[in-house]
Amino acid sequence: MSAAASEDRPISPLRLGLVRFAANRTALGSALVILGFILVALAAPLIAPHHPAEADLFRRLQPPAWADGGEWSFPLGCDGLGRDILSRLIWGARVSLLVAAMVIAIAAAIGTMAGLAAGYLRGWTDTLISRLVDTLLGFPYLVFAIGLMAMMGPGLHNIVLALVYKEWVFTCRVVRGETLAAREQDYVEAARAIGCRPLRVMLREILPNVLSPVLVVATFRMAYVIIMEASLSFLGLGVQPPTPSWGSMVADGRDFLVDAWWVSTVPGLAILALVLSINLASQGLRDAFDPRLHAS
Amino acid sequence: MTATRLAERLAQLLPVLFGVSVIVFLMITLTPGDPVEIMLADQRATEEQAAALRRDLGLDRPLAERFLVFLGNALRGDFGVSFFHRRPVWDVIAERLPATVELTLVALIVAILVAIPLGVIAAVKRDRWIDRALSAASLFGVSLPGFWFGILLILLFAVEFRLLPVGGRIGFAFEVPRETGFLLIDTLLAGDARAFANAVAHLILPAVTLGLPTAALLARVVRSAMAEVLASDYVLFAEAKGLSRRRVLLRHALKNALIPAVTVTAIETGSLLGGNMIVETVFGWPGLGRLVVESIFARNYPLVQAAVLLYAVTYVLLNFAADLLYTVLNPKVRL
Repeated sequence: MSAAASEDRPISPLRLGLVRFAANRTALGSALVILGFILVALAAPLIAPHHPAEADLFRRLQPPAWADGGEWSFPLGCDGLGRDILSRLIWGARVSLLVAAMVIAIAAAIGTMAGLAAGYLRGWTDTLISRLVDTLLGFPYLVFAIGLMAMMGPGLHNIVLALVYKEWVFTCRVVRGETLAAREQDYVEAARAIGCRPLRVMLREILPNVLSPVLVVATFRMAYVIIMEASLSFLGLGVQPPTPSWGSMVADGRDFLVDAWWVSTVPGLAILALVLSINLASQGLRDAFDPRLHAS
Repeated sequence: MTATRLAERLAQLLPVLFGVSVIVFLMITLTPGDPVEIMLADQRATEEQAAALRRDLGLDRPLAERFLVFLGNALRGDFGVSFFHRRPVWDVIAERLPATVELTLVALIVAILVAIPLGVIAAVKRDRWIDRALSAASLFGVSLPGFWFGILLILLFAVEFRLLPVGGRIGFAFEVPRETGFLLIDTLLAGDARAFANAVAHLILPAVTLGLPTAALLARVVRSAMAEVLASDYVLFAEAKGLSRRRVLLRHALKNALIPAVTVTAIETGSLLGGNMIVETVFGWPGLGRLVVESIFARNYPLVQAAVLLYAVTYVLLNFAADLLYTVLNPKVRL
């Protein structure tokens, strides 16, 4: 930090936050784990030892390598159709991360725009957006998503759509609050005084100042969205077979709990590891970017 | 609470309830894909049959008219006929409701019994190992997929140690006359102690699966509220008066620390309703959540629509109740 401080111009809040984040070992470690998951997902075709949908009934419920009857060519064992669990896990990371990234990106964009509009324009725009937000908050998340999936039918695009419909609300609430506060600040009034149009004030003056809360909200919501996707897939409403997803892998293993504990357990561990890392990293981000915590 | 304040809150409640019913109505209408086509996908239906179904569902009339009919029927508890069960949708739902309510209430009791002592101890022993363990546990609680947690419990307690039964609400050997639909009550009414014990055994795993993650969250709320109260002047004063530690904690501090806990509990009960769909599926619990999931695959849209509306209205009302309770309990906001 001292190198940055010795420069003449002030350090940007973003840079300061990143420096603080990197100094937090738990958060940095979690970020590396997440990066690992992303790399695995990207490299799935290169690193998966087998095809994820390749069934071999002779290997039906073959145990993990370290157990009796296991083989190192199928390290985590096989499922009820004799498919390699590790390969399915690696390909399943794609679904989890892709859905989460798409939902969060779209929801953050919509939520930010709606929050800026509601907080800055006030009046009927605010009333309309806030009413919609209140109404969407009136649904338990999973019930809402299940209801939509029931009507739309399963599939990757529909999951993204079903989750985005509600997810934007969380960003919107935060951005609206931040915008209401920013509206009273001198720099916004100055911009207004020199005749900037509302759109310019919102995008050029206020938006850069609400980006760090948006980033924080986006990361901790991402953990939640991953669990939601896994839950929908578990219920059979997610991505359809033969595409592997972690939630449906857990569901597949339910029929073999007595004979083959690994089929359900292993994919659940992957969900837990990813979601826990994201939660830890988002805690680190919150600590790094929340100036109130560092005032003392 | 004054009457005007209550009226104000009610005025906020009504638009939300209205909005919720609009969205539930639009779910079936505005989502891509034709519901009639999806419903008839498996059967070889003729054009006339499709048109007849569309007419039966009222899909051939203008949107606004359909919404008014939907709203009017919903207010009278008329959600149409479940063509799968060949009975009114509401009757099918009402039959399954007690199982879900029973599970939710027991899960809630589990959550409260675990959370309050843990939260209080963590607040008293701040920054000691139990406090740290609690923060770690609550982080786990929010990171744990509920369906997987349930499966782990089944593996451990039903498959490995054979301690608890899994599947359904009671063993097949028992026949309990249906009075209230709540098995814990019905078995007692029948005076059948063994059936009661069996029903309790069936309840434990699902209730723990549903309740423990909530407990993790609730314990954190109790902890922070308790820590705040313990640092306040009146607690210091009570201690200075020479009251016993126990008396100060339970009579003076806990009473106030529970105010936010009550609010969070009411809100969390709503979330438990959503979690029910997962837990009921994992444990084969014959409640509303399971019914909804089954109905989705049976393409029984009127039932799904009615259940989603019921869940949402309950959720909104619970949040409203939480808000009211907070105002009633907390003298500071009673203005």
